[in-house]
Amino acid sequence: MSDLPQHIVKSFEQELKHLRDMQVEMGGLLESQLAAAGAAVIQGDSAAATAAMEQDPAVDALEREVEQFVIRLLALRQPMAGDLRQVVAALKISSDLERIGDYAANVAKRSIVLSQFSLPFKLGGLAHLIRLVQENLKHTIDILGDYDAEQAIAVWRADQPVDDIYTAIFRELITYMMEDPRNITPCTHLLFIAKNLERIGDHTTNIAETVHYAVTGEVLPEGRPKGETSAYMIVRPRES
Amino acid sequence: MTQIANQTSSSDSRAVAPAPDGAGRRARPDGGVAIQIKDLSFFYGNTQALKGITLDIPKHRVTAMIGPSGCGKSTMLRVLNRMYDLYPGHRAEGEVIMDGDDILSPSLDLNSLRSRVGMVFQKPTPFPMSIYDNISFGVRLHEKLKRADMDARVEWALTRAALWGEVRDRLAAPAGGLSGGQQQRLCIARSIAIRPEVILLDEPTSALDPISTLKIEELIDELKRDFTIVIVTHNMQQAARCADQVAFFYLGELIEIGPAGQIFTSPRQKKTQEYITGRFG
Repeated sequence: MSDLPQHIVKSFEQELKHLRDMQVEMGGLLESQLAAAGAAVIQGDSAAATAAMEQDPAVDALEREVEQFVIRLLALRQPMAGDLRQVVAALKISSDLERIGDYAANVAKRSIVLSQFSLPFKLGGLAHLIRLVQENLKHTIDILGDYDAEQAIAVWRADQPVDDIYTAIFRELITYMMEDPRNITPCTHLLFIAKNLERIGDHTTNIAETVHYAVTGEVLPEGRPKGETSAYMIVRPRES
Repeated sequence: MTQIANQTSSSDSRAVAPAPDGAGRRARPDGGVAIQIKDLSFFYGNTQALKGITLDIPKHRVTAMIGPSGCGKSTMLRVLNRMYDLYPGHRAEGEVIMDGDDILSPSLDLNSLRSRVGMVFQKPTPFPMSIYDNISFGVRLHEKLKRADMDARVEWALTRAALWGEVRDRLAAPAGGLSGGQQQRLCIARSIAIRPEVILLDEPTSALDPISTLKIEELIDELKRDFTIVIVTHNMQQAARCADQVAFFYLGELIEIGPAGQIFTSPRQKKTQEYITGRFG
């Protein structure tokens, strides 16, 4: 889209830029929110947990701002073709971003309960999951800034490892719960935390699909490789 | 003329009146090609205005031609009923096939062509005569109808043009007394009264207010059931609202043609994208 000349109406050009800027700003907030939520879980940092939760209203407010702006643009500019796709995409993307904020806040919230337990196991897998999801989110925010279809496909594909790790964590946590019922409370919170992170991954994938459509006008195929198979998993206690 | 009104007092301006003397006999199912344009080039003297245009105009569909000024879209429309014959030095090359005949052929009977391809212009052009005579004038050139049949034809055309309800009580009044929007619908009624197959609309609403414009657009939607419509418009939203198929012209070339939904959401050509998003020039 960047190789197109500028609009004849300069203020419309500026409005479309403002729309992109708002999404990138939302993304920036989410990056720091997710980083804080991750630190809260892995390092038991309660100040980080509070910071992550307190950021959520700002993300929500930006989503509403994007919505209002899109409605205004549709009414006043009646965008067509690539502009129309970009404006409608902003609406979908801001909603995905807002959900990511909700999940990050929930991760932070659960970390506070979690910090009251001393865990007899390491959170290596979860730390890895957090890092991966953070990386994917960063790339997603980058494609929001660049509007690059190739990069969007790369982000779209990058969700598969997230699903794989989530499935492994799911199995691991069930095992800990079976080993000792005292693990059930922290492990249940950890399961939700992992699930929230996995959902963040899904929303970054949605955003990548939306950006790809906005840039090219082509819808990505349904058949994205998916690795999240925990829904079918059965872990049985070992026979003694 | 008021007796016509009395005879059909139940007619509603939006209702489709029964076609008198077989006026609706051309009602055809959807599908098929009304006009096939093959490698058409057009010259105003030494200036080439159209360059090797090939496109099909489907029956019972609205085809919109869009593009910046001077792109050839109005020339394209004028070729379709040989308007250019009026000017020396204007010539067309290629083929424009309608019902098996090449309408560019010098041996083609122009009167017969123009009875098959009607045209409505940018500014309403009512004749300085009564509303009734505006409609019957063209019909008389092509058909000899009895008075009652002519009355029925006038009512049919005005009804199809969504004007009957507004003028039924003043058919003898001068057409110049109608509002701009009514005059334009009168011109549409005049063109359909001779029961053409194709109606060409050259920016039919550019001189009209928004409500009259919407009435014409609604009318276009109604008319495509009986006629094939080709519209040239500068108003992109209008093309988006009315057209089934959109053709984008630039510098005498057909850059892209496709369904309106595709052209206005995901045009394939960069030039089309630039034009319809207002990035031209």
